[in-house]
Amino acid sequence: MAKKSYRQAINEAIAQEMRRDENVLVWGEDNVGGAGGDGEQDAWGGVLGVTKGLYPEFGSERVLDTPISESAFIGAAVGAAATGLRPVAELMFVDFMGVCFDQIFNQAAKFRYMFGGNAVTPIVVRTMYGGGFRAASQHSQCLYPMFTHVPGLKVVVPSSPYEAKGLMIQAIRDDDPVMFFEHKVMYDDEEEVPDDPYTIPFGEANLTREGDDVTIVAFGRMVGFANQAADTLDKEGISCTVLDPRTTSPFDTETILECVEETGRLVIVDEANPRCSMASDVSGLVAQEAFKALKAPIRMVTPPHTPVPFAPELEDAYLPNADKIVAAVRTAMA
Amino acid sequence: MQFNRDDLIKAYRGMRTIRDFEERVHEEFSAGKIPGFVHLYAGEEASAVGICWHLDNRDKIASTHRGHGHCIAKGVDVKGMMKEIYGRRDGLCGGKGGSMHIADLSKGMMGANGIVGGGPPLICGAAMTAKYKKTGGVAVAFVGDGGSNQGTTLESYNLANVWKLPVIFVVEDNGYAEATSAKWSVAGSQLDRAKGFGMPGVEVDGHDFFAVHDAAQEAIDRARNGDGPSLMHVRLNRFFGHFEGDAMTYRGEGEIQRVRDEQDSLKIFRTRVTEMALLDHEQLDAVDTEVAHLIDEAVSESESAPPPTEADLQTDVYVAY
Repeated sequence: MAKKSYRQAINEAIAQEMRRDENVLVWGEDNVGGAGGDGEQDAWGGVLGVTKGLYPEFGSERVLDTPISESAFIGAAVGAAATGLRPVAELMFVDFMGVCFDQIFNQAAKFRYMFGGNAVTPIVVRTMYGGGFRAASQHSQCLYPMFTHVPGLKVVVPSSPYEAKGLMIQAIRDDDPVMFFEHKVMYDDEEEVPDDPYTIPFGEANLTREGDDVTIVAFGRMVGFANQAADTLDKEGISCTVLDPRTTSPFDTETILECVEETGRLVIVDEANPRCSMASDVSGLVAQEAFKALKAPIRMVTPPHTPVPFAPELEDAYLPNADKIVAAVRTAMA
Repeated sequence: MQFNRDDLIKAYRGMRTIRDFEERVHEEFSAGKIPGFVHLYAGEEASAVGICWHLDNRDKIASTHRGHGHCIAKGVDVKGMMKEIYGRRDGLCGGKGGSMHIADLSKGMMGANGIVGGGPPLICGAAMTAKYKKTGGVAVAFVGDGGSNQGTTLESYNLANVWKLPVIFVVEDNGYAEATSAKWSVAGSQLDRAKGFGMPGVEVDGHDFFAVHDAAQEAIDRARNGDGPSLMHVRLNRFFGHFEGDAMTYRGEGEIQRVRDEQDSLKIFRTRVTEMALLDHEQLDAVDTEVAHLIDEAVSESESAPPPTEADLQTDVYVAY
């Protein structure tokens, strides 16, 4: 088993699925990178290089560049999925959902229900999310809660390279429309990732550590921060359970409730804005289903209700981090 | 193309079925028997039938909120449609879609669409499937004059040309986007738009089955032969309002009567084929009787069909969850 980056893990997952199933096609802006120009093909492989190498292996029939035209090409992926392909389409930054959301939430998400169970729409929309790149308000949002809100969509928020590979393979094999959220700051994170294909089922949370005092539920990149915080707190004698839900839809409410029943304290870490977020969703769940188990008020570690700022000082202040999680856990323990 | 008698009967039956279906939905809706919104296709029959004439189950269409005619022309079961519009459990979509979401993927009918301009991107995808799998299929996106102004439609013109997809874009221009005149809302012309994207375009009299048929043949052959997308601008009229209940005060005095008198595709068809002695009135009357019977049956079966149950509420959201 070799160390692989989050980027390599996703690339490998897609490549392996393309080898397995000829109906898997990839398209998006610059997914080849260089189509039609005088220079080299496969120059980019997507803006951050995630699909690089797919074009030379699979060719122009299966790996396609698109115009900057998200409504058309995301919608085309939906239509292709509904007619027998399994497209993996790239919505470069999730912030761009604003120019194609209709095709995702009114079309892909609702076909099966509106058509009385007679449609299957196995599309994967890969999209980059998250802050830390100094990319400001229109290239840094999380927005996965907005997709989670929509029945008919599945939403995946992988927290590491290992997770990303297994969840991507599952996403491509899944028969429902899947939104796959890749944190742009994590692309160079590395860990051991098996060479062979494997799947990680949706809706099964991963306990990255078990403790007695506090349950920390964290999403995507925040899982790493939660584990760092738990290391610090461990030295203070506070032991934490850290839970990575992996997918926000389907959502493993059972494991969250079990952990809260055991620890009696809950801190939720969500990089998305706090209103109508996964943090508030989990809070509502626990308040409704496990209120009596709580020994302290639920704490949410989220950014404030503002757009993502540009200046490094402001963005650092905006984003959750390990220190903020440590502080929230201490408050819960007080 | 030379039409034999069976062909002509088939074309007339298709248009008559749409007309009677829509006239009847109009009546039953007015009587309060049909819930929700319905948008009727009556008056536009020659477009759906003339275009879908050339299509088979390899071929896909995406429709609009005014979708009943496209469904019928593509061979979707009329009784299943009526039951769906009545919100019945054994309607085509289990009573979960209704008039605006009727679909039958097994027939290549990818859905009416509640979102204006929702269909063209989907049709690009369906065309990509046909192209990649080499099925020989084509894909037809119907939009109205209103939908012709949506970014999704214009983006799809671009993508279909960039990817050289077997697509036919059909702008069914009935002159009004809801209540707003196309004379006011459409800048430039539909054909100039096609030209701007580098694809052929043709304007067609949408009341004339034969004109639509011939123009569609050329566009569909082009797509099937791998020569890329094209556009049809089909001018036609709707007999009813944007939706049922629309008093149509935006339409000119006597406009609807004039359209019904002078631009009724069924009358035009009947006159043409009888004057040319291709069919006689008795043969056409027999189709009228047959279709009236079918629609009567569809309505009476829909009225007595059971509604969905609460147990159906949460099914069919996902394949697996």
